[in-house]
Amino acid sequence: MTLTRRTVLATGLAATAAPRAWAKPRLEYGLKPVQVADGLWMLEGSTEYFNFENGGNIVNVAFAETDAGAVIFDSGPSRRYAEELRKVVTEMMPRGVAAVVNSHHHPDHFLGNQVFSDKPIHALEETKKQVVLHGDSYADNMYRLIGDWMRGTEPVPPNTMLTSNDLTIGGRSFSTVPLGGHTQADLMILDRATGTALTGDLAFLDRTPTTPDADLPRWRESLDYIASLDPKGIVPGHGSFDTEGRSLVQTRAYLDWLDGALTDAAEEGLDMVEAMQIEMPDEFAALGAQPHEFERSISHLFGDYEKAALPEVN
Amino acid sequence: MQKTLFAAFLIAATPVFAADKPNRIIDGPKVVIDDPYKTGMLGYLQKEILGDPEQIALDPRVKVLAPHSAEDSFHVPITIDAREIGDVERIALFVDYGPIPHILDYYPGEAEPWLSFRFKIDQATPVRAAVQTKDGAWHLGGAAIDAAGGGCAAPAAAYASDDWEERLGKVRARMWPNSGRVRVIVDHPMDTGLADGIPVFTIQALDFKGLDGKKMARIELHEPVNEDPTFSLRFAQGALKAPMQVSGRDNNGNEIEATIPYNGAIR
Ligand SMILES: [Zn+2]
Repeated sequence: MTLTRRTVLATGLAATAAPRAWAKPRLEYGLKPVQVADGLWMLEGSTEYFNFENGGNIVNVAFAETDAGAVIFDSGPSRRYAEELRKVVTEMMPRGVAAVVNSHHHPDHFLGNQVFSDKPIHALEETKKQVVLHGDSYADNMYRLIGDWMRGTEPVPPNTMLTSNDLTIGGRSFSTVPLGGHTQADLMILDRATGTALTGDLAFLDRTPTTPDADLPRWRESLDYIASLDPKGIVPGHGSFDTEGRSLVQTRAYLDWLDGALTDAAEEGLDMVEAMQIEMPDEFAALGAQPHEFERSISHLFGDYEKAALPEVN
Repeated sequence: MQKTLFAAFLIAATPVFAADKPNRIIDGPKVVIDDPYKTGMLGYLQKEILGDPEQIALDPRVKVLAPHSAEDSFHVPITIDAREIGDVERIALFVDYGPIPHILDYYPGEAEPWLSFRFKIDQATPVRAAVQTKDGAWHLGGAAIDAAGGGCAAPAAAYASDDWEERLGKVRARMWPNSGRVRVIVDHPMDTGLADGIPVFTIQALDFKGLDGKKMARIELHEPVNEDPTFSLRFAQGALKAPMQVSGRDNNGNEIEATIPYNGAIR
C-alpha cells in the first residue's frame, strides 16, 4: 500500500480514540455571523496575513436582510468559505441569498463568487475588468499561500455592473459610491436604513492597510469623503466593527506616515531592502500583519518615490 | 527588530578553506561545501559560475539581505554587504533555481563591497553571493527567497508603453557625498530571451569612473537583472569629491553615457 497524506491521516484517526489537532477530518472556517446593526450581520476575519491556519479568512464579509433574501457584501477568499457562508445565511434567512456585491478585485473579497454565480453579483465595471485580468494569477498565488483550503476555487467575475448610486434589493436601499485609492475601483456602500458604511478595503482597523494597487492621494480623498458622511457604524475591510470612526482615522494616519517615511528614505538615498528596515512608530508596528505588510508596501510603492528623488542626468 | 525578517544565513564558524579531497564525487567541485540550503546545486554553480575554485567556504561576513518572500517577481530587492571582508575583488550573484542562474558580477574597485539592486526571480530559490578577495579565495553567503514565480519568462513591461525606445538608456542618478552613496536607474527592458519572440536584449556592463577617466567600480549584468536596472553603491565617507561618469553598452551596441552631478539632486 502506498502511503499518501490522506491514508496517513485516516490511519491516524483510526488508531486514536480522541481527535487530534493535526488530524482534523475536514477544513472548516466555522463562520459565526455577529449582528452589528438592524438587519445587518458581519463575519469578522482575522487580522493576520494569509496562512495555512486561517485558510484566508482574514477578510470581513457582511450581509443584510431584505424582503428578497440576503444581500452579501464580498464573497470571501475561497469556494469553501463561500459554501459555508451560503449555508449559514440560508439557515438564518429562508429566502436565501438575493444578491452579492464585490467591493473590489482583491482575492479575499471575490474568490467566493463561484458559489453565487446563479445570483446577481454586483460590482463596478473596473472591478470586473481587474478580476478578468488578474483572477487566475490571484487564484494561483492563493493556492500557494493557503493550500488545500482553496480546493476547487475558480475566479468568477462579477456579472452585474453598477451604473447608478442607488441599489435597492427586496425593499432595502443602499447608496453605492464609486471611490478608489486602495485599488483602481473601490465601492463604498452605505446601508441607508442603519447608516452603516461598508467600506471594503478603504478602511482597516488594527490591521495594516495593504497597498499592491494603491494610489495614496486618491485613497486619502476617499477616506475624507467617507468621514464626511459621518456613518453611524463602519464595517471595515479588515478589523472589528467600528462605531467611532477609528478605522478612518487610523488608516489615514498610517497612509500619511507611509508616504512621509518613503519620501524620506528615497531622499536619503536608501535602497528598498534598507527602507524595509525603517523603524516603525509603535502605533503602526502594533497593527496586524506587521512588519510583513510594510515590507510589501516598499515593494509596491518605493519605485515611484525613488524616481522622484533621482533626477534625469542624460 | 525588523532585521529578523531577513534571511541572511550566518554560520558561526571561522571560514576554513578545505583542500581538495581525494574521494570527491566524479564531476563534483574541487571543494565540497556543507550547503545550508541543501539544494544539490551548489557544486555545479561553483564550477559553472566561479570556475571551480580551490579556495571557497561559507563565510558569515558575507551578508545577503532580501525579503523572505518576493512580492514582485520582476523586481526582487537585494542587498549584499561584504564590508567586514577587506580587499574584495569581485562579488558574483547567482541563484540555484532559475533558467539563467547568473545574475551579475560586481567589481567594487574604489567602492565598498556593498551593493543593492533588483532582479527577476522565476521560483523560490536560494540566492548566493560569492565574494572573491584579492588573494583569490571565495567567501560564500546567501538567503532563501520564496516566490510566486514567473519573473524571467515574461516580456518586459516597457513594451506596454509607446515611448520605451525614446527612454532607452536614459539615466536617473544622484550622489550623496556625505553618506558616500551613489544611486542610478537606467531605462532598459533587460529582455531575458525567454519570452516568446523577444530576443535577448540586455545591458552588458556599467562602468563608474571619475571625470579623469579613473575607474571606480564596474558591474557586469546578466539577464536576470530587473527591467530598468537600479543600483545603489557605497563609497567611504569623504571619498566622493567630484562628479562621476557612468557608461555602458547593451548587446545591440546601444551606448549608455551620463554624468552624475556632485551635488546630487537639483532641489
Ligand atoms: Zn484589498
